Amino acid sequence: MSEPKILLSVQGVNKRFGGLQALSDVGLHIKAGEIYGLIGPNGAGKTTFFNVITGLYTPDSGKFVLGGRAYQPTAVHEVAKAGIARTFQNIRLFGDMTALENVMVGRHVRTHAGVFGAIFRPSAVVREEAEVQEIAHELLEYVGIGQYANYTARNLSYGHQRRLEIARALATEPQLLALDEPAAGMNATEKVELRALLDKIRSDGRTILLIEHDVKLVMGLCNRLTVLDYGKVIAQGIPQDVQNNPAVIEAYLGTPAH
Amino acid sequence: MTSSTMNHSPQPTPRSAPAQSRTQNTLWSVVAFVAIALVAPLLAQALGGNYWVRVLDFALLYIMLALGLNIVVGFAGLLDLGYIAFYAVGAYLMALLSSPHLTTQFAALAQLFPNGIHLGFWWVVLLAAPVAALFGAVLGAPTLKLRGDYLAIVTLGFGEIIRIFMNNLDRPVNITNGPKGITAVDSVNLFGLNFSKSHELFGFTFTPVVLYYYLLIALVVLVVFVSLRLQHSRIGRAWVAIREDEIAAKAMGINTRNVKLLAFAMGAAFGGVSGAVFGAFQGFVSPESFVLWESIYVLAIVVLGGMGHIPGVILGGILLVGFQELLRAGAVPVQTMLFGKVLIDAEVLRSLLFGLALVVVMLYRPSGLWPAPKREDRPVTRRAPGVDA
Repeated sequence: MSEPKILLSVQGVNKRFGGLQALSDVGLHIKAGEIYGLIGPNGAGKTTFFNVITGLYTPDSGKFVLGGRAYQPTAVHEVAKAGIARTFQNIRLFGDMTALENVMVGRHVRTHAGVFGAIFRPSAVVREEAEVQEIAHELLEYVGIGQYANYTARNLSYGHQRRLEIARALATEPQLLALDEPAAGMNATEKVELRALLDKIRSDGRTILLIEHDVKLVMGLCNRLTVLDYGKVIAQGIPQDVQNNPAVIEAYLGTPAH
Repeated sequence: MTSSTMNHSPQPTPRSAPAQSRTQNTLWSVVAFVAIALVAPLLAQALGGNYWVRVLDFALLYIMLALGLNIVVGFAGLLDLGYIAFYAVGAYLMALLSSPHLTTQFAALAQLFPNGIHLGFWWVVLLAAPVAALFGAVLGAPTLKLRGDYLAIVTLGFGEIIRIFMNNLDRPVNITNGPKGITAVDSVNLFGLNFSKSHELFGFTFTPVVLYYYLLIALVVLVVFVSLRLQHSRIGRAWVAIREDEIAAKAMGINTRNVKLLAFAMGAAFGGVSGAVFGAFQGFVSPESFVLWESIYVLAIVVLGGMGHIPGVILGGILLVGFQELLRAGAVPVQTMLFGKVLIDAEVLRSLLFGLALVVVMLYRPSGLWPAPKREDRPVTRRAPGVDA
């Protein structure tokens, strides 16, 4: 079996906020078709790194290659176009829109109708619109909330909102699905279901970058992972190795008392 | 319930209600609307004379304006307090291109157009839309990074700048004729039908205000159509997405800068068209028609009616203009009847009650008198146990 190709390669990312070096020389390589974990204690720089690769923050330095092509995460909407779709740690849905409409917005970047298309509705636009709806319905079914298509996003339950965010991100046809703490605030049952969903997404050939607090979830799900602490990579590799790495144990549990 | 079993749950809720009864309902409401729209001016004329038809005309003008502002404020969520500037742009465009003003001021132009510039109504309307849209985009561009209160203050400033320009562009070269305004603007001439005179058709007498009414109602229908089409489109969804969460919208690949500029431009285009009609309708354009109060008035129509909901905005326009006129007509007689003399001036009373109405509506119907229907107001069926916290 041939080695799966590297989908996202990030090297030498530095990001400084005033006097705080939030990220120093962070790099990682994500292979196509894997779930890659990014963990670390609170304030380790996980979300900062995440915001850098999705274009929300401009890094001070860094090299980014996605699917064999260099990309500069400078404009957020360009990153989505390039093929990275993300979810947010504190859910950011379009609250007043229905679940279906939320997913339809995700199709924006892969569709083309403009103002005149909207007003005159030529057959191409009608077809595009029907297709957008069809795909949106399918994605809602895929993440398991198909029957809530017409519900306002704000009124969905917490677990369903998380799923809706994933469906919306999938609608952009991402090469890489980047999830920022998707299990945050979930109860045990919801976590089990989330895990099943992520497993399904991976087995359908998609690549996932997962930031997570829940070590158990990450260890059980991820193919490989990176551990950040104080903005630096302290361990990288398969879960078993990382788990036994003394630096990781120290970062999570603290140094033993002398 | 796990995600896999949810996938196999029997039938999701039906995607559309019974289609037949819905189309029948739509048909009936269209028939009712056409009947009311056709009869309204004749009824108003029979009951209250041309004055009340004129009131209807203004209600329609304000509805057009409000529908334009609804795109900016209602859909895209950008609070614009200078919207009346685009109305001014349209009106001045009409005044400059359909009146003797420019040719009397500039000898060179007079030689080119010995009879004065009299571009037809439709040409000016067609021109007003893109010109106002350009103004909208130009004024929108510096405000792209601003939100909420800051955006409101900057747009308020821009609105005033346009008005002050109109007020002062009479020297060194006289373009707008300053505060005196431009007079003798051509009235509409449609298919040989001159809107400045009464016409006898099918045994009815159509006064100018009635003719304008029919023109305006046609334009309002067009504007409603365009609004609806835009709302239910890729662009409309992008607008609402920006309103709901700009960062998430960006993360979904929406170029928020372009989409916001588009909202400003589209809203302004509607304003420009309304302004052009206003210019021809009044036959006179001056800066005092475009004061801040007018911007606030149009915004009040949108907010009171129901932001982002087109029928609500139309209702808001009818209610506000109607209310204002009823008060103007009724304030004096009612007070004389009740107290024997006029205690409060009609104008003061109007502001007073207008403010009161705003406060009451915002307290009891914060999303407007007729907000967008909530589609999830049905009981949640088949709620998955354990999943829903």
